[in-house]
Amino acid sequence: MNMTLRALLGATALLTLAGLASAETTITVATVNNGDMIRMQGLMDDFYAKNPDIKVEWVTLEENVLRQKVTTDIATKGGQFDVLTIGTYEVPIWGKSGWLVSLNDLPEAWDKADLLPAIAGGLTVDGELYAAPFYGESSMVMYRKDLMEAAGLTMPDAPTWADIDKAAAAMTDKSKEQYGICLRGKAGWGENMAFLTAMSNSFGAKWFDMDWKPQFDQKPWADTLAFYLHLMNDYGPPGASNNGFNENLALTQQGHCGMWIDATVAASFVTGKDSTVADKMGFALAPDNGLGKRGNWLWAWSLAIPAGSAKVDAAKAFVAWATSKEYTELVASKEGWANVPPGTRTSLYANAEYQKVPFAKMTLDSINSADPTHPTVDPVPYVGVQFVAIPEFAGIATEVGQQFSAALAGTTTAADALAAAQELTTTEMTKAGYIK
Amino acid sequence: MARSTTTNSKVIVTIGAWLVGFLIFFPILWIFLMSFHTEGDAIKSPFAMLASPWTTEAYQAVQTQNSYGKFFMNSVVISVGSTVLALIIGIPAAWSMAFVPGKKTKDLLMWMLSTKMMPAVGVLIPMYLGFKVTGLLDTRTGLVAIGTLINLPIVIWMLYTYFKEIPGEILEAARMDGASLTSEIIHVLTPMALPGIASTLLLNVILSWNEAFWSLQLTTSDAAPLTQFIASFSAPEGLFYAKLSAASTMAIAPILIMGWFSQKQLVRGLTFGAVK
Repeated sequence: MNMTLRALLGATALLTLAGLASAETTITVATVNNGDMIRMQGLMDDFYAKNPDIKVEWVTLEENVLRQKVTTDIATKGGQFDVLTIGTYEVPIWGKSGWLVSLNDLPEAWDKADLLPAIAGGLTVDGELYAAPFYGESSMVMYRKDLMEAAGLTMPDAPTWADIDKAAAAMTDKSKEQYGICLRGKAGWGENMAFLTAMSNSFGAKWFDMDWKPQFDQKPWADTLAFYLHLMNDYGPPGASNNGFNENLALTQQGHCGMWIDATVAASFVTGKDSTVADKMGFALAPDNGLGKRGNWLWAWSLAIPAGSAKVDAAKAFVAWATSKEYTELVASKEGWANVPPGTRTSLYANAEYQKVPFAKMTLDSINSADPTHPTVDPVPYVGVQFVAIPEFAGIATEVGQQFSAALAGTTTAADALAAAQELTTTEMTKAGYIK
Repeated sequence: MARSTTTNSKVIVTIGAWLVGFLIFFPILWIFLMSFHTEGDAIKSPFAMLASPWTTEAYQAVQTQNSYGKFFMNSVVISVGSTVLALIIGIPAAWSMAFVPGKKTKDLLMWMLSTKMMPAVGVLIPMYLGFKVTGLLDTRTGLVAIGTLINLPIVIWMLYTYFKEIPGEILEAARMDGASLTSEIIHVLTPMALPGIASTLLLNVILSWNEAFWSLQLTTSDAAPLTQFIASFSAPEGLFYAKLSAASTMAIAPILIMGWFSQKQLVRGLTFGAVK
């Protein structure tokens, strides 16, 4: 009896040890549905080969759902996620609130110094890197070379808004559903306000002065909105107040837009297999007005680890792999250099193979010309090019976006939209305690 | 005296009814049509899209990207589980309100209904914390529990309405014949109210199947139902209409089929007692 009991105990102990030896850590990664992230899910064998004791569970969600869900989880320290895909807007706010784990101690081979300074700057708070960039983007002009040529015009590499106005007028032929320019008009802080805020920087406008007083009652904002409405009303497609990134992408791919100023990541779509004008597209920097700032933005989707995660080491191993130089080489070897996540590392743009990608140089130049810490002509108390990195911004900018979208739809005037924007922003900023 | 109707007015009313029906059904039809085209074709003008070749490419992409079966099973367990649990609690509750009402029964019914008017997001943080503390985050048990709570007011109200149509004398007679409370409810009341119970069950399964707010907030992977399956195919930058349509078609197909086969029962139950 004793012998049997001992044998059973011994066997149980051995099984437990074997179990412990093969115990794997499962981490949950929350992500948005974009091509680069989906591609990564197909390349996980490489990660598993290097980290056999870590299993990755993916949760893919629509951007706004993800943002709401992750915010709830992180604020309550719910611990449902170990790695988050977050944007440049959230990183400084969440980093400052102590909601994210510092990534300063990622392995040396990961090479933090290789990150593009503009991108890394937006993800760093008080010297701590709180997110590792997975892909970065700016905005630029994507234009039809054939239509420009037919109009007898040449697009400069660094155009002014006057150049854009002239080109839009020359390329517009509404009888052929040919529109000189397509821009975002759909209301939202990440939709029309991303474009208009970046555009306003080049007109010398700003959201707030150094005392956090809203600036929509100043001339630069009036000039910005008037010029935007002129471009869209005279040369834009009908129903533009409903157009966001995807709607303009569809119009451009079908050959309806002479120019489209939007995210650099769109370059691979407008030159891709679904585009009817893939071989006719040219690229230029976002326009300026000679004031020292261009109308381009800066954004990165990055991987961060929430402070509530109980599996920080495994999460760091995943983040280091997914944002490494080796990962870009892995993508290039499987899917070609044009499909490598862009805009994060200096070494990628030094790579001779990557330099052959038609939009690579313009993407890098656009990213480098954006400075999130000095986004405007005049000094401002905030960080962020197409956003203001304060928690209240998303709500305020969405409401302001609705006013500007209404002005584009013709249901209100530019002056009324600006007055309403000034009033609602002042109310919210006073309520939040920024204005005493 | 019956009102006289001309053949012309009958034709006009019939055409009007079909038009309204078609308008209501059109978004589902369009989702179905888009799902059988490429992403490039799905964004074309309606006629150009219909003229372009049909393909199952989007369905293949959806299947490759996500495991439909896991989400489907979670939806089945959560919707059926929460409805059955709500019925188990709701039948005795509705019985007591219909046959032995107290002074405050009407107020209680109104209060239950008023909970449906509260915006769900208002209690998100306390619910989330409650789920976290009890270990119910991302579990089917947690979703069944919350689904039951959401369904309960509707279940009790619907059953209360049906039970009110049943003469109390029949139950009294059963009691006089020596039936216990349990047998009175199970063997006398339930068979008589079966059409009403069946339509309550069907309607609440449909409502639970389509519930999106809590199922998106309280699950991540293990208990995620089809609502999350659909949400994963919307992209901020890139074309996704065909894939999203394919995912939506796959998500609504089971409940549409169930609704189609049970429509007779559903209509019978919903109109139960409508004509006295």
